Amino acid sequence: MRLILVVLLALAGFSVPVAAQNAPVQALLQEFGAQVAKPSRKTIQPVIDALAGSGLAEMPRVLEAWGERELWRRKSDELFFRGIEEEDRTLRIFDLDTDAELGVFPRADFKQAKPNSGVQALISTALVRFQLSDPDPARRAEALLAIQRGAQAAHLGPLRASIEGETDSDLRALKERLAGLLTITYDTDSNARLSAIEMVSTDLGVDVRAALNPLVATTRDAVVGSEPGPGNIAAIIEPGSDMSAEDAYDFLAEKGLVPARISDGEIHAALAANIEEGRVGGVPLAQLSDPTSRLTAYDGLADANLVPPRVRPGDIELALSSHTIFDTYSDPDPLVTDAAHKALSSIETRVGFNQALDLSLDALSLASIYFLAAIGLAITFGVMGVINMAHGEFIMMGAYTGYVVQQFVPDYTLSIIIALPLAFAVTFGAGVAMERLVIRWLYHRPLETLLATFGISIALQQLAKNIFGTQARPLTSPGWLDGAWVLNDVVSISYIRIAIFVLALMFLGLFLFIMKRTRLGLETRAVTQNPRMAGAMGINPDRVNMLTFGLGSGIAGVAGVAIGLFAKVTSELGSDYIVQSFMTVVVGGVGNIWGALAGAAMIGFLQKGIEWFNPSNTLAAQTYMIIFIIIFIQFRPRGIIALKGRAAGD
Amino acid sequence: MNERSFLVRNPSVLIFIGLLAMFTLVATVLSEGLGVGIVSTSFIKTLGKTLCLCLVAIAMDLVWGYCGILSLGHFAFFGLGGYMIGMWLMYERTRGIVVESLSGVEIPPTPAEIDAAIGNQIFGVVGSSDFPAIWAVASSLPAQMALVILVPGLLALVFGWLAFRSRVTGVYLSILTQAMTLALALYLFQNDSGLRGNNGLSGLQNVPGADGVSQAVVSVWFLWGSALALGLGYLLVAWVVSGKFGSVIRGIRDDEARVRFLGYSVEGYKLFVFVLSAVIAGIAGALYYPQAGIINPAEMAPIASIYLAVWVAIGGRGRLYGAVIGAAFVSLVSTWFTSGQVPSVNLGFYTINWVDWWQVVLGLSFVLVTLFAPKGIGGLFDLVTGRIAPDRGGADLGPGDGALREQEAEK
Repeated sequence: MRLILVVLLALAGFSVPVAAQNAPVQALLQEFGAQVAKPSRKTIQPVIDALAGSGLAEMPRVLEAWGERELWRRKSDELFFRGIEEEDRTLRIFDLDTDAELGVFPRADFKQAKPNSGVQALISTALVRFQLSDPDPARRAEALLAIQRGAQAAHLGPLRASIEGETDSDLRALKERLAGLLTITYDTDSNARLSAIEMVSTDLGVDVRAALNPLVATTRDAVVGSEPGPGNIAAIIEPGSDMSAEDAYDFLAEKGLVPARISDGEIHAALAANIEEGRVGGVPLAQLSDPTSRLTAYDGLADANLVPPRVRPGDIELALSSHTIFDTYSDPDPLVTDAAHKALSSIETRVGFNQALDLSLDALSLASIYFLAAIGLAITFGVMGVINMAHGEFIMMGAYTGYVVQQFVPDYTLSIIIALPLAFAVTFGAGVAMERLVIRWLYHRPLETLLATFGISIALQQLAKNIFGTQARPLTSPGWLDGAWVLNDVVSISYIRIAIFVLALMFLGLFLFIMKRTRLGLETRAVTQNPRMAGAMGINPDRVNMLTFGLGSGIAGVAGVAIGLFAKVTSELGSDYIVQSFMTVVVGGVGNIWGALAGAAMIGFLQKGIEWFNPSNTLAAQTYMIIFIIIFIQFRPRGIIALKGRAAGD
Repeated sequence: MNERSFLVRNPSVLIFIGLLAMFTLVATVLSEGLGVGIVSTSFIKTLGKTLCLCLVAIAMDLVWGYCGILSLGHFAFFGLGGYMIGMWLMYERTRGIVVESLSGVEIPPTPAEIDAAIGNQIFGVVGSSDFPAIWAVASSLPAQMALVILVPGLLALVFGWLAFRSRVTGVYLSILTQAMTLALALYLFQNDSGLRGNNGLSGLQNVPGADGVSQAVVSVWFLWGSALALGLGYLLVAWVVSGKFGSVIRGIRDDEARVRFLGYSVEGYKLFVFVLSAVIAGIAGALYYPQAGIINPAEMAPIASIYLAVWVAIGGRGRLYGAVIGAAFVSLVSTWFTSGQVPSVNLGFYTINWVDWWQVVLGLSFVLVTLFAPKGIGGLFDLVTGRIAPDRGGADLGPGDGALREQEAEK
């Protein structure tokens, strides 16, 4: 113990002279002593610049220590050290120039330099230039990210300088791109800016557009006479075509070039303020409900110099012809603004193309949702001709099955794997029960099937409400379905939508397999075409109908689990999809799975297409889509893919 | 056959109108407004509204029970009728309020200022103050009353013409009508549709020009109006479905192709029936919503129209009094159950609260009626009149479901 103390004392005695002698970092810091120890956001920038620009190899470490609040000043001799806080109110002290450990000292002997968050940001900006050529690629990437977040003119030089020595090709490309963006914004050399604009004109990034947009931003101004200027003129505004004459005049008035127009409200206020013995400007009050006599009264007041005179249409024309309104670019160089315009329009075209791609992906995923919801109907309604209004409630039952499974199986992946077959089983059972109890007796009365199944539908909906309550229940998707597949800044699609698309494809395959390759499919097709003949061939039509209906219902249940993953599970989940599902089947063509596919694709793409025209209003999109479908049915009453001949049933 | 008058051939019309008149008289005598005050004003309103629902049920029965078109969109017409009269009620009432509030100021307002103030009052909730074009004639009662008939009629005409022309029938037509009402409801839900979006029109119970009259009296007026409309509507529809025209539309219901081959213009008949029923539905709506006081697009949701079909089916389609009985019975019982006045049933392990379980009972009883009593409640009257249908056993003689069967033909 004693030995340690002696050693410590010796070390302390030894360190003082070393820190003072031949120590350029220490010397530089001492130059700004007080400012380094107590930095202020407003005045620290020159200090940081001087430190960072000193060219000392140790400086990055020093700046970093400062930014991390690890810079300490000894109270006795005002020397700076890097210090790391240890236990028992002590500090482990390092020399700034040599980074040699000097030992552990009581913290009370030192005072911490405490830069606030604003100063810390400035320090980290200054550090960027060192980090850009750091040997560790991760640090370099970090520095580039920092520049991307808060670009400054000062970054441009170091960034350019660091490109030369960059060995990592990805980082090099990133650096070049970033340097181009900084050049556009901060460089003073027009040629450099032009070539930088040229370089980014195929880039879809949002930051590129953010860099280019300020260049083409305009401000509006007006002058007396016909000569616009000064500045880089973007356009001369023609009153009447570019903006209405009234607006143009109001703009001139706003600029103080002409007297402002008197609004109706101001006339009203002026009249109210100048009532004398039941008359205003010589006009009796009772007549003032007429707009023209109000103007007469106001003109009377103006003649008496009580109020400013009205601006008449002639005045507006005169003022507009004697003034020029124009837009100027904030950037003075016409070459740069033209190039920016060109680059922006080329980017715009590419963005448009990519947006169309993105929209198509959206539409595809919507179509697969509709397809999933409708594929069960394609069996019960399309193949068997049974209108099942409770189909939506089967979807809902599937979704609730998934929810209940998640209550018992906490692992989301496992619970979905259990829920899919379970939902099929539950709704298969419900479908078979419904077929046996209700639908079987109504095969010859299709409209009554509709009403009976509607009765079941409202009963099931209310039952779900009674059991699960009215609030939405979550059906959480597994973690690996979170996130999105990002192609570029414009095109992306979430994994869950891809999963639904894949699921829809799987069901299409399953349906085709069952219908074309299995005994049940063969019998179903036979019973659908001619039940009596099928019966004569030894097929039991009742059994086949029951199983087919169960299959369609079961698929609805599985679709319910899929839909529940992205929509909230409520008792109204099914009814949200039922009309669209029927539309899908009817539009596509009854009795044919490809018809349902075509119908779903058409409705999905149509809805997204209409939304694209009017993105803020999905209600309108749905309205127009339904109207379109009603008209479409006029031209193809049997759907896109119509059955022909005997299979059509007539 | 021609010598016997219409009323003699249809005794049920006289009986119905007699009962309706008696009902109205009793309700008036018992009402708070003009009678002894045993029946509350809100219940008088409920009765008036029920009469309107009976009227739209008659329209539904005409188009479904007699012509075989299961329209799942008749509440669209009903709602449109309500909106048309609601526009006038709301405009005139707001105008009254605005004029009164502006009468105090020194400088009298210009017509444009009054208009702007009304617009601000009505459309402030949807962030607008300008009158949309569809409100052009909202200040005129006769014009809006004409629109009550014209708008649903025209919609039905265009929709029906498109649908029947391309021979969309059966369940396809049902789905298409359902889509129509859904499209209309979604359209009206938008704020810029010009009808105040999902706020709908409100304050319709206040009749402009009747400021001094209490709601108790106004409700009786509307009860009379509804009863009158129901009586006239019943008479009109009964007249339409009797005689040759009625035979043709029943023929269309039973076998459309056969009627077409006999040389009748099936599309024309169907279109006429569809438009007529839409107009009747519009009138019913125009009488219903002033009693309800508020209308919004949710009223036109597809489910409302399906309920209409439910009423008619439970009451018994193909007979007008059946539709009336179904609408009155189901809507009144529904009101009773969902109002929470029915005592809960305690089963020991679970208490059945009827507000929650009524829908389940309704849905299931609806399935039972469809399965076991396709004639509905109206079928009970057959037991009295002895009009029992023949036992329709045996194989079909014709192609459709309505065709005679072997055993019938042998009789």
